[in-house]
Amino acid sequence: MPAPAHTEAAPQPAHGYSLGELMVAAAAREVRDGELVFVGMRLPLLAFLLAKRTHAPRAVGLFENGVLRETPAAELLYTMADPPNLRGATWCGAMLDVMGLLQQGRVDLGFLGAAEVDRFGNLNSTWARRGQQNIRLPGSGGACDIACLARRTVVLLKHEKTRLVERVSYLTSPGYGTGNDWRRAQGLPAGTGPAAVITTLGVLRFGADGEAFLDSVHPGVRVEDVLANTGWTLRVAEQLKQTPPPTAAELAVLRELDPGGFWTGVV
Amino acid sequence: MAAASKLVSMREAIARHVRDGQTVLLGAQMEQMIPFAAGHEIIRQGRRDLTLIGPISDILFDQLIGAGVVSRVLAAWVGNVSAGVGYCLRRAVEQNIPQPVQMVDYSNFTLALALHAGALGVPFLPTYATLGSELLARNGNLREFPSPVNEERLVAVRALRPDVAILHVQRADEFGNAHLWGNFGVAIDGARAARQVIVVAEEIVAPDVIASDPNRTLIPGLLVGAVVHEPWGAHPSPVQGYYGRDHRFFTEYHEQSRTLEGYEHWLRRWVYEVHDRREYLERLGAQRLAPLAVRQPAFSVPANFGY
Repeated sequence: MPAPAHTEAAPQPAHGYSLGELMVAAAAREVRDGELVFVGMRLPLLAFLLAKRTHAPRAVGLFENGVLRETPAAELLYTMADPPNLRGATWCGAMLDVMGLLQQGRVDLGFLGAAEVDRFGNLNSTWARRGQQNIRLPGSGGACDIACLARRTVVLLKHEKTRLVERVSYLTSPGYGTGNDWRRAQGLPAGTGPAAVITTLGVLRFGADGEAFLDSVHPGVRVEDVLANTGWTLRVAEQLKQTPPPTAAELAVLRELDPGGFWTGVV
Repeated sequence: MAAASKLVSMREAIARHVRDGQTVLLGAQMEQMIPFAAGHEIIRQGRRDLTLIGPISDILFDQLIGAGVVSRVLAAWVGNVSAGVGYCLRRAVEQNIPQPVQMVDYSNFTLALALHAGALGVPFLPTYATLGSELLARNGNLREFPSPVNEERLVAVRALRPDVAILHVQRADEFGNAHLWGNFGVAIDGARAARQVIVVAEEIVAPDVIASDPNRTLIPGLLVGAVVHEPWGAHPSPVQGYYGRDHRFFTEYHEQSRTLEGYEHWLRRWVYEVHDRREYLERLGAQRLAPLAVRQPAFSVPANFGY
């Protein structure tokens, strides 16, 4: 998607690591060992690979094109169908094969991106607003499926008031709808839904009522910066945390995976 | 009587099997094996009013939309996978340039189910995917219904039967029996759901090569109307075991298609000024292709079909 405008409150990367690396490290920690993960591309792919190389070596990756991998690909991927992602895969099947696993409830975690996320974790990747202009974006891909059917979803995006909005202008992928038992009322499977939104300023999680709250701020970020750049009155956790920065071991792996900062450098 | 060969040129395959107003499935294998050579021939032959069907077609759909051959798109995602948005899609949807395009938005799963329903010959298949979303609210081919066997509500995904599916494969015989490997996306269901199939192959092999490994025959020739031998026909997308993805080509297209003039220049250079894939490859040049060739072959262990 097009690079969003610069936000004044965006934090300067603390010494020693970039904002992209911090976000990837935070995303990697959402992966638990042994989980089946719908991976996606770019930062989520790096997060999955980082998790596998550190605390979650038995995590298994699923890709929408029909691929299941237990080992990392040998090269940096630009798309999930790049030849290095198929070479050495455990399973290369059809899209319905992996979507079937998802619908059965076997997928623990899915990573997603979006142009907009709202108060209840609903996502828009179909239409963006730029001033008075409506911009057509590529669309759902598999995002709507993952948002409907994965046990947990984690969203990564840049923290801006125009992207963290009270209500998405187009609901591509359902979060907690309007809150409370909305998902159940829609007929969505029980025990599914958004777990976290990792932004350039902090990490949001969701209360039992389905509304997002600020769970941690990144190092160097003030709560006021987060609130000023969020399109609704964001609740803040009673025990607000600081997002742990990437460890030296995590950074070493990340720089091996993305040596030129091709993906982590573009947040 | 010996079966008749279905081997034809790309020009003949498109002229014979793709007509104005038809629905065409392209890009069924996601980012692999996208039939760019076929798409460019469709543009050169000036087709109009096509409906494109595909899950994630990378930049081929964007190119076809920009060329004015498309009036409707049934897809989950249209853009440039490694670079971002599709500028031709944006111009068409936001400004009706070069003409309006109706978007019928699917998710990957629901598009795959629509083709599976078509392949099975049933009118719809059920799923929980898209419940609560605006895709369900706006796409008339997705309808909520009460389950007849329990208390649940589900989405009925209406079957799709494309008029033509164009599928790029590694190898086929002249009768259309095709071997493909790597990721399948929706290619297998797409071939079965379509009323006509054009197979575009990197290599034409003898029928006994196909019969040596029938598990790999994912498109039986009886479904196929035409076979085209078109090496490098999927460039700039990759074909497993044949060539890699030309990432730079996608980035360059992204930059050049940003403006209408830039896109038109791109279209002249890579579609209208070349008459076929051979001329396209000459224009690309051997130096550009060489680094994309397979550097390290990795053969699977043969399966023993003996008895």
